Amino acid sequence: MIGREEHELHRRRRGRNMAIGALLIGFVALMFGVTIAKLGANVIKPEMNWSDSR
Amino acid sequence: MANTLSAEAAPPRDAEFGDYFALLKPRVMSLVIFTALVGLVVAPVPVHPMIAFASILCIAVGAGASGALNMWWDADIDVKMARTRNRPVPSGRVTGGEALAVGLGLSLLSVPMLGLFANWLSAGILAFTIFFYAVIYSMWLKRTTPQNIVIGGAAGAFPPLLGWAVATGSVGLEAALMFAIIFLWTPPHFWALALYRNGDYERAAVPMMPVVAGPRATRRQIFWYSVALAAVAVAPAFTAIGGLFYLVAAGALSAEFLRLATLVGFRTEQAAEADGHRAEKRLFKFSILWLFLVFSALAIEAGLRHAGLALPVPGFGA
Repeated sequence: MIGREEHELHRRRRGRNMAIGALLIGFVALMFGVTIAKLGANVIKPEMNWSDSR
Repeated sequence: MANTLSAEAAPPRDAEFGDYFALLKPRVMSLVIFTALVGLVVAPVPVHPMIAFASILCIAVGAGASGALNMWWDADIDVKMARTRNRPVPSGRVTGGEALAVGLGLSLLSVPMLGLFANWLSAGILAFTIFFYAVIYSMWLKRTTPQNIVIGGAAGAFPPLLGWAVATGSVGLEAALMFAIIFLWTPPHFWALALYRNGDYERAAVPMMPVVAGPRATRRQIFWYSVALAAVAVAPAFTAIGGLFYLVAAGALSAEFLRLATLVGFRTEQAAEADGHRAEKRLFKFSILWLFLVFSALAIEAGLRHAGLALPVPGFGA
């Protein structure tokens, strides 16, 4: 194994990558949340008889 | 002079995430979020909290995108002004091309997303707002006319209208009044600053009102815009989103605004220089607080209405 010196540049890039990762996760969560909100009560209809769909 | 100033700026270095975030003008964005949220909560149509959150986020990102496009275009003058020379592009932390890419990318993301999350009217208004701020204001009017602030102020006035459009899918009188409040607030707010930051704008050859028309004419205009602002700020009290609480709050706040604007509007430049532009600085600071409190009063009035505690303006309310 070759030891690598930690440079300030690497620290900054890691911070940037982590922030972009967090943004992407946040974007996925946002899309999921909006999808659930938009579908709302239409997703589960208690009165629906699942056997009808077969 | 420009070289001296740019030499004083921070030395170029590899960009951090915070530098890209700074391109979005976070302080302006916070005002956009607040006023858009008020526009949304005072609207008579309830919005699902998740849709409201996602829509406000899109509006904030759209506003940020226009800020990034403004920084890309204005880098050459930003480097000449003390207030702006440490921004990411003039300081060399982010390249102009990166700022352009961030601005265009976020514009293309936020507008369709708002259309899908809320409705296409609000998406259209957001697209127009970005175009207005980046092209009409930044690229055209800012450097050509002393009315730059007046017309550019319209871009900052759209967020409450956007919030309203998200909730109702339309634009009504109440939304237009909220637009007019910010539109008329912008000139006295910025001209109060420009009166004691004149040198910055002169150096950058930005034709701000005090540079072109002189301080005396600027002071008079501050006063007259403040008179119009006070009238328009009180007007929502007599509409569906108003009530007695808002009337009292907006009336008291506008009276104080008018008092400070009168002090600034009718004093000489010698008097201003003698006390280090104390009245101008007070008006500038109070104008920020004023906008926050007036929109807070609208939100509180909406809260009172939902709780059944709102009192109508005598002779006007249901």
